[in-house]
Amino acid sequence: MRLVVDLNRCQGYAQCAFLAPDVFTMHGDEALMYDPGPDDAQREHVLRAAEACPVKAITVEAADAAASAQARAGASYAA
Amino acid sequence: MPLDGSLQRLRREGHIVVVGASLAGLRAAETLREEGFSGTLTMIGDEPQEPYDRPPLSKQVLLGKVPADHTALPRRRAIDAQWRLGTAATGLDLHAKRVHLSDGSSVEYDRLLITTGVRARPWPNELEADLDGVFVLRTVDDATRLHHRLKAGPRRVLVIGAGFTGSEIASACREQQLPVTVAERGAAPLVGALGAVVGEVAAELQREHGVDLRCGVQVTGLEGDQAGRLRCAHLSDGSTVEADIAVVSLGATRNTEWLAGSGLGAGPRGIACDAGCRAFDVRGIVTDDVFVAGDVARSPHPLFGYQFLSLEHWGNAVAQAEVAAHNMINSSADRRPHVWTPSFWSAQFGVNIKSVGVPPMGEEIIVTQGSLSDRRFTAVYGYRGRVIAAVTFDQAKWLDFYQRQIEQAAPFPPPYPSVDRRPDGMRPVPAGFPDPSLPSHGPTVTLSGHSPADRRVSFTPMRA
Ligand SMILES: Cc1cc2nc3c(=O)[nH]c(=O)nc-3n(C[C@H](O)[C@H](O)[C@H](O)COP(=O)(O)OP(=O)(O)OC[C@H]3O[C@@H](n4cnc5c(N)ncnc54)[C@H](O)[C@@H]3O)c2cc1C
Repeated sequence: MRLVVDLNRCQGYAQCAFLAPDVFTMHGDEALMYDPGPDDAQREHVLRAAEACPVKAITVEAADAAASAQARAGASYAA
Repeated sequence: MPLDGSLQRLRREGHIVVVGASLAGLRAAETLREEGFSGTLTMIGDEPQEPYDRPPLSKQVLLGKVPADHTALPRRRAIDAQWRLGTAATGLDLHAKRVHLSDGSSVEYDRLLITTGVRARPWPNELEADLDGVFVLRTVDDATRLHHRLKAGPRRVLVIGAGFTGSEIASACREQQLPVTVAERGAAPLVGALGAVVGEVAAELQREHGVDLRCGVQVTGLEGDQAGRLRCAHLSDGSTVEADIAVVSLGATRNTEWLAGSGLGAGPRGIACDAGCRAFDVRGIVTDDVFVAGDVARSPHPLFGYQFLSLEHWGNAVAQAEVAAHNMINSSADRRPHVWTPSFWSAQFGVNIKSVGVPPMGEEIIVTQGSLSDRRFTAVYGYRGRVIAAVTFDQAKWLDFYQRQIEQAAPFPPPYPSVDRRPDGMRPVPAGFPDPSLPSHGPTVTLSGHSPADRRVSFTPMRA
């Protein structure tokens, strides 16, 4: 699965690191480090973390967009 | 306002082409669909990968915590686009409304969005740049190669240039116990972006973490062994640094060469556009059908005297892409201005650095919360008696407040008492920015005057 965190918005509340510790970790006192492409098994945890984020900084790939995003180099294709 | 016939047709069956399939290009495409564009959408990108996120490349990826190919950007929605990846745009015909591509074909557009961003400035000596062990860091391929070499345990890594990217690379190396030398022409790391007062804190931070930091020096040459592998670097102070990896972090160059001769107001400083993201042509006339967003754009900002502002910031790419996409399919009365307050973050040596506004405009700086020596503080920059920017080290919580101060042009120095004000924050001191007419890797925020047609090669930023 794919996700991205808007770190301009992030205030280091660390709710995500609590709810999905395999995906989000605090690096130092305030900086967040995360895996932008965690295993699908993490989905439940990640969705809960995104929901709990007080500043709504976490974007998770939309369900309808996930399947179609298949890129191939040098080819033209529709997605 | 009701849409006129041609706009309705554009939304229903027009052809929109996006050149540059990265952060800004993707977010713009999503916004177009979100706002009801149902015509044909073509995404042209010279990188073979689908859009991915760059900030992790100098952080999680170099640390080995995340594989480089885990950085693909999430889609906010399906965009139903024709993707032409691994294909570069090579030319633009404004009359025929056509983009020419590297495979010899071309595509016609009704509206064009240019989001070709920037690339890492290479080491100027080509022979030396080709040595095995000399890297830049901008793309996922760069990050993959560099991480691979760091993992192999080099004797020493030389980072050339201590802007944000260079400093983050040095931080990632130290975290993996690799010996690192950082060579910086300025007086301190980050000095071009944040000034000498904050730069001094960054310097202490680097030295405390075991970086061999050399400021006020230039790397004058890179030397290889007989097999063409980097062996050492020569510095302007006469010293030599033995290193088998050098990462050139000397800032970025705008990807505008493909527009040369097109008649668009594009040049080494970027592509000039109006506040609504419409590109200017070389005559200073705004176009109706060509839009720009992200790192490649330079757009006028009301907070900073309407000078053209270039921002190499993630948040700007997203915000500007959304505005550009909205304006591409709306009539003039419904268009929106891109008046986003510049913001960015950087994580290095365990510290979260964040900033709002345009620090390089600052003449003076005052520490309003915390203390420089604690490496935990909020500092505010002043320009002609008003608040123009703020920076925090591990104190992001104060930043929203100062953003509002900037937006209101609040007086500087702040006349009110603040929580946790310390003795070193009692009066403002000079912010210590280097001479802005010197080219520098430092500021990823660049004010570049008022001229929409950017055909000069020399870099002469002006203060508002
Ligand atoms: C290592 C690194 C770390 C960063 N860290 C931070 C950070 O901590 N905080 C922050 O705010 N910002 C950070 N940034 C900056 C941020 O990533 C950029 O602001 C953002 O990527 C800009 O997006 P963009 O879409 O405008 O341009 P880009 O991401 O540069 O994308 C432009 C795309 O266009 C393609 N292209 C160029 N020319 C052509 C052509 N002729 N035809 C077709 N395609 C073309 C390019 O190959 C590229 O894929 C970092 C950048 C890097 C490289």
